[in-house]
Amino acid sequence: MKQAEPTAAGLGLRSCHICGLLSRSDESAGATHCPRCRTQIHSRKPNSVSHCWALIIAAYILYLPANLLPIMETGSLFTYREDTIMSGVVHLWKTGFWGISTIVFIASIMVPLFKLIALTLLLISVQCRSTWWPMQRAKLYRLVELVGRWSMLDIYVVTLLAGLVQLRSLATVKAGAGAIAFGAVVVLTMFAAMKFDPRLIWDPLRKENIL
Amino acid sequence: MAHQIEPLIACRECDLLLREIPLFPNDVASCRGCGAQLYRNTPNSLNRTLVFSLTAAILFIIANAYPILGIEIQGTRNATNLYGAVYSLWNHEMRIIALLVFATTILIPAVELTMMIYLLLPLCLRRKPPGIALNLRILQGIKPWGMIEVFMLGVLVSLVKLNDSFSIIPGVALWAFGGLTFMFATVAASFNPRDVWAHLDREPDGKGST
Repeated sequence: MKQAEPTAAGLGLRSCHICGLLSRSDESAGATHCPRCRTQIHSRKPNSVSHCWALIIAAYILYLPANLLPIMETGSLFTYREDTIMSGVVHLWKTGFWGISTIVFIASIMVPLFKLIALTLLLISVQCRSTWWPMQRAKLYRLVELVGRWSMLDIYVVTLLAGLVQLRSLATVKAGAGAIAFGAVVVLTMFAAMKFDPRLIWDPLRKENIL
Repeated sequence: MAHQIEPLIACRECDLLLREIPLFPNDVASCRGCGAQLYRNTPNSLNRTLVFSLTAAILFIIANAYPILGIEIQGTRNATNLYGAVYSLWNHEMRIIALLVFATTILIPAVELTMMIYLLLPLCLRRKPPGIALNLRILQGIKPWGMIEVFMLGVLVSLVKLNDSFSIIPGVALWAFGGLTFMFATVAASFNPRDVWAHLDREPDGKGST
């Protein structure tokens, strides 16, 4: 029979998320401060699950306008064109830029959807106190944190095009309302990923002495 | 517990208690339980990060002072730098997006570099700047929001999109942003906050107490 692995929380210790120092803390005292750098420290991020849910649900709601509303409006004397994120990708693909089209598709469509689904799965598994595949879930969380920022790509492309293509009657580019919703989805999912506490993945396993 | 000689640390991702062991230069310690990275040994981290930060600061100024791209069609030209693009969004009633872009590509990278130099320059001269803890706290908090490298990819995608209908005049800032992306990556790779804490623990007689 394996002995349970010692955790900081199990021994009444808290580690500082800024300087990494371990310190003994009184659970009943509530908020305590790191003796070295004076940061407020918690054994687990406070209200991690409920705050994370709130951010994700908001992101799910905004995900619809982000993808349905035009993100960019291109106009000239004779033509006018509105592009959503998806139609922009399709347009790039049709004009032969397969590489760039794939990059934009991954950054703007796959990554936000992946983040939402992954965080939802992580939250549900943590709430059920699941002991299922902890290592894979820990890796999934790391991946969510790693790729999240790249969704900002489309926002920057729109910013540059709208700043540059201002040639009056010849051609103008404007950012569309979809850009606001899309930016909000990226920011909300980034906050959600920061709010999620990966230690919650491991807590149920340690409690049942599986590890 | 009370008689540990090697210092203990807890894994950030799974809370497992581990003994801190010394590492060879450029080695990384990973958690036995979940595989998360615990700490690194980055030799000469303070000096190297300072040099990279100063280089990045110079590139940052160039990248923001000069135009990134220009376009030309039928004799009509237009060029813009990053601030100009943000300002144009602001004027077109896209203020939230303008603020988001301003924060992630101008404000936060600038704050990051300033705080890094403020922290490292005195430390390399064997002095202790006031407010180190606050400084490191802010640096860590804003780090995910500086997105120079994503912006760089955005510039490349824009280049391809514009190339379709305009002739493109690459600006000085385009190259500066390329260099800046690289410098930010090297700063992130060489900066090791643990070294700063270790430095302070070692030299409590610097200026004031630890």
